Order: sequence, then structure tokens, then C-alpha cells
Amino acid sequence: MKTFTKLMATAALGVATAAHAGELEVTHWWTSGGEAAAVAEFAKAFDATGNKWVDGAIAGSGGTARPIIISRILGGDPMGATQLNHGRQAEELIEAGLMTDLTDLAEEQGWKEIVNPPSLLDACTFEGRIYCVPVNIHSWQWIWLSHDAFAKIDTAVPSNWNEFAAAAPKLEEAGIVPLAMGQQGWQQNGAFGVMTIAIAGLDAWRKVVVDKDADTARGPEYAAVFEAAVDARNFAADSNVQDWNLATNMVITGNAGGQIMGDWAQGEFQVAGQVAGEDYTCLPGLGVNEILDTGGDAFYFPVIDDEETKAAQMALASTLISPEVQVAFNLKKGSLPVRGDIDLSAANDCMQKGLDILKAGGVMPSGDMNLSADTQTQIEDLMAEFWTSDMSAGDAQERYADIIASAD
Amino acid sequence: MSSSKARKPSGLFRNLSAKIASVPMVLTALVVFVGGTAWTVVYSFTSSKLLPKLNFVGLDQYERLWSTRRWLISIENLAIYGFFSMIFTLLIGFTLAALLDRKIRGENVFRTIFLYPFALSFVVTGLAWQWILNPDLGVQNVVRSMGWESFAFNPLNDPDIVIYGILIAGLWQGTGLIMVIMLAGLRGIDEDIWKAARVDGIGTIKTYVRVIIPMMRPVFVTALVLIASGIIKIYDLVVAQTNGGPGIASEVPAKYVINYMFRAQNLAQGFAASTMMLVSVIIILIPWAYLEFGGKKRG
Repeated sequence: MKTFTKLMATAALGVATAAHAGELEVTHWWTSGGEAAAVAEFAKAFDATGNKWVDGAIAGSGGTARPIIISRILGGDPMGATQLNHGRQAEELIEAGLMTDLTDLAEEQGWKEIVNPPSLLDACTFEGRIYCVPVNIHSWQWIWLSHDAFAKIDTAVPSNWNEFAAAAPKLEEAGIVPLAMGQQGWQQNGAFGVMTIAIAGLDAWRKVVVDKDADTARGPEYAAVFEAAVDARNFAADSNVQDWNLATNMVITGNAGGQIMGDWAQGEFQVAGQVAGEDYTCLPGLGVNEILDTGGDAFYFPVIDDEETKAAQMALASTLISPEVQVAFNLKKGSLPVRGDIDLSAANDCMQKGLDILKAGGVMPSGDMNLSADTQTQIEDLMAEFWTSDMSAGDAQERYADIIASAD
Repeated sequence: MSSSKARKPSGLFRNLSAKIASVPMVLTALVVFVGGTAWTVVYSFTSSKLLPKLNFVGLDQYERLWSTRRWLISIENLAIYGFFSMIFTLLIGFTLAALLDRKIRGENVFRTIFLYPFALSFVVTGLAWQWILNPDLGVQNVVRSMGWESFAFNPLNDPDIVIYGILIAGLWQGTGLIMVIMLAGLRGIDEDIWKAARVDGIGTIKTYVRVIIPMMRPVFVTALVLIASGIIKIYDLVVAQTNGGPGIASEVPAKYVINYMFRAQNLAQGFAASTMMLVSVIIILIPWAYLEFGGKKRG
């Protein structure tokens, strides 16, 4: 019901604004402080091209916004452009011919040469045609460690997961929660994904997630992951918070030893005035396997039968990927740029670590690009149950393998 | 009934204007409700993902549904919530109404207080009770600060009892309305019944149980239907209070439907789940309708 009224309200807005030429309504779900500042950079740059950015921010996370966006496109009231995570979310919309083909523009501007890593553009490509503009890279594979917490137990800040696991009992004795973990499926699922890469390694992960090989999911590499996940569950037993930023706050205040969370967490450390390397440490790939996934956000352009709107869409597409806009946007957002050819010397310690890994080619495609939303939801449900119950590693592994076996 | 047989030819045209006037509503009901339902059921046998497509896969979606742990937990939660909600709402609602009906002082004040929670949406109710049941802010903290240090009451973070935490909030919100309906029913009982009972020397409680409640049958049916529909569609309360957590311990069927239709982009799976919800409603409704309407003809 709520969604419906929102829908009606946005639909009414859309009708009212569609009349002017060169105006584009852009929907997205970037509404927190840092995110809104980053979007403003897009709007400023787009307005400078003589067009007008009509902001259609949808409050709530992607889970709330995506259904609204998709229903609007399906319902025949498309917006000018919209944020989506690239990957398989828009696959069927593209198949149904509802998304604008950007291939000509991409060839003209040579996106193939400038977008790094190339997998980002691959995720926008469907049957050889390009349908979206990647704008940033977010990676999950980070653990954030509190220097305060480890100072309290007179232990050096760990440099990898094994050292962290060894120090965990001491942290517990000192009344510190070893691992902060928000009690929400996507966070638990994300943390599990990070541990998979760190412990099972990239090859096993690729076999399971890309090739959907259930036998590997039943195998010894994944058994080790589930054992480690049981450890992590015990470390996080006293972490009673829900939202990820509250969990990050436990690390900031030294009430928790560490948190496995994506690079968006560093925005929280920045807001709290903490300095990377002095107050907190970030370890990409849990310090074991320095590989980052390359999920992130992209913009799609629904098909609108109006020449001026089309021209504005193309103008926006080339604005989003231009070097100046990429720098301005990503510095505010805390994410990595999609172009390898720009200067980001203003970035902090953790972002530099990420950039170095990107340059060295330590990248992998994100889960979004390989698993359908359906399969991901099933895995999230399993993880939510696993992290809050005393399910054994073996049971969890068996059920995980079953989901992989039936994945499409 | 018997006379209508003779007039049958003209029956169609009787009250013609009224019948024409009701055509739009009849069409709406047929197209939107019946048509929509049929469409949903048909597509639940397909492999539709984000867009509805007609490639039939038989009962696959249902097989998957009934082997999904989250759906089974949802059903179990709905059963527990439904059972206790039904009993306690009726019990508390009727008791409050009977107490108010004893011509007490300040009846208006109490009635307003009891009915007030109903004016709040489930989202507000859920959030308020999330805070009340939060161990660091709510009941547990208050009792501990009064000196009972070992007191523990933390239902929302315990997977085994989280559904009772939601039940408390649901009862708090819903009993007021049932109380008002019961009170209206009690007011409809003729004063002479009470006088007659008193003359016969029947006790107050016994009069309620043996005489008044049987006389209030239509009121109870109304209350039952209201409570039952509230149980089946429970969604926003859970979303606001626990969002299905901890883990998936407080999931409910309606939430499964929404999640699989929109977040998981698997329409057919969501349709299968909503069809199962419809079937369960029908299973409950048919015996009841049979007793209610079939019984009357015999009587």
C-alpha cells in the first residue's frame, strides 16, 4: 500500500515534469549524507551541459527502491535514467526491449579502453550490446579493525584473519565483542562471501558461483569456510545491533575488535574523524587473499520515444563517465572510480590500497553479476538463519550446496 | 422462495435500474478480484521470473515452496500468532467490554484509552514495541533499574520466542476495536434479560456465559472475521518490529510473497506462496460458511 502511494506520487511527478525538453528525471537510492553529496556532483555536471537533472531520490535501501523503479518501467511510466546495481537485475528488462542501447555512444567514446576492470562493462553488456554506464566500484572484501580494542589487550593489530581469530578469546576476556555484526541477512551473507574468497580461494569460489558446481560447494574448501563462519558466529554472539553503521560504530568506539564490511564503511570512520592507519586499520581480503570484487552502481536509461529526451539521455551517459565527474563523485562517495586513467591522489590510505589492488589486477566479478536475485535471496535467507541459530557447519554447507545445485 | 418460481420470467427485469447501476461494481469484482486471482493462480504454475511468462513447469514452484525452510517457519509463525491472537483478542476484548458494561464511573475515559492503540498504524505500533521490548531501553531496563538485577525479558532477540513479542504488540493494537464491537453488542442486549436472570437467581458470570454470549452470536462472527483477516494479512507489524529477524525466526507468509515477487524477482514463487495463502483461507472459510448458511436452511 505504501509502495503504491509512493508510486502514484512519483508517477504524478513524472507526468508533470516530462513536458519540458532536456529534462531528465533520475531515480536513485543515494540518500545518506555522503551519498547525497556525491549525487549532487552528477546533477551539477549534467546541468552544466544545458540539460536539467530532476532528482528522483527514493528513500530506503536498494531493496525498497528497486521494486518501485522496476514497476514504473514495466507500468509504462519510465524515468529518464535510473541507478541499478549492474549485473543480472535488469536482464529481463533489457530482454523485453525496455532499456536504451548505448553501444554507439560507447564505441564512439571508447569505453572498452577506459573502463577498468573490464568486467564492469561486461556486466553492462547483454548479447554484445551495452545497456548501462558503470559509475563506481564498491568492494566487500574488507575487515575494519579498531586500534583501541587491540591496545586494551596489549596485542598488535592483526594483519590477517588467522591472527584476528587467535586474538579473539583475549578480546572476549577483556569484555570486547571480537566481531561486530549487524543482524541482517545481507550483512551476514556479505561477510560469508568475504570469508569464502579469503579461505576457499578464488578458484573454488569461481567454480561455485560462476559455474554453479554443487560438488565443489560440498567439498573440503567450502567445509573450511563454514567452519570459519561458525567461529565468526561465536565471535559475533554478543553483537546485538541491526544496522551496519551501528556495527561500524562499535569498532569506532573500541567496543568491538573488528567488522567485516564493504568499503562504504570507511565513510563512517571519516565522519567520526578517525584516520586510517592510526585509529583503524583496513585489511583487503581479510589480509589473506588481496582480491576485490567489482560490484557497484550503474545507470540504465529506459527507452523513451522522444528525440530530445534521447539526446539528453546520451548527454547524461557521457557526463557520468567523464574524468572530472568520476573524480568528484567518487571522492565524495568513498568508492573507486571506473576509469583507470585518472588521478586520485586525494584519496586516503584505504582507498589507495584499493586502487593499488585494482591496478595489479586483483579483481573478481561480484556475486550480483553471476547469481540471479532469486538465488541470492535464498542464500541470504540461509545465512540469516545460520548466523542466528546454532546450525552446524555441515548442515549449512549441505543446504548451501542444494541452493547452488538448483541455481539458474 | 416458492412464489419466485411463478414470477421467474419477469425476475430478471425487476429493479432494473438498480441492477444496471450495480453492473460496474460487479464487473470490477469479477475482473479485479476473480480475474486477478485466477491470473495469479495460473502464473504460479509457470517459471516466471521478473516478467510474467507462460512457460508452464507444473508443480515445481509448490515443491520448492514446501521444501523452503523460510516458508515453513512463516507458516508455523502464522499458526502460533493466529491461534493465540484469536483466543486472547476475543477473551481480553470481551472481558474489557463486560467490565465497562457494568456501569462503571469514567467509562468514556477507559473506552478511549483502550481504543486508542487502534488509531495507530501497525508501523508505529511495531516501532514503539521494538523500543519497549529492547533490553537496553525498555521493560528489562526499567525492572532492572528498580532493583531486580537478574531480570531478563528480551523476546525480540531470541529466535524461539520472538513471535510472542510480535503477538504482544498485535494484541495491544487490536483488542480495543474488538472491545468496542463487543460493547456495542452488550448494549444491544435487552435490559429485561438481565432482570429475568436476576429474578431466576442466576449469577452474573453464569448469565454472561450461558445467556448473553449465545445471544451475541452475530457480534462474535463479525469479530472473528475481523481478527482472522488481520491475522492472515499480518505484514507491516513484523516489518516494522523485527523485519523477520533475528535471522528468519519471525518471518510471515505475506512477507515471503512480497520478498520473492519483488526482491528476489521470482514472480511465480511469490504467486505460489500467495496461492497457498488463498487456499488456507478457503479451507477455513468453507466449513464455516457451510455451518453458517447451510445450517440456517435446515433450521
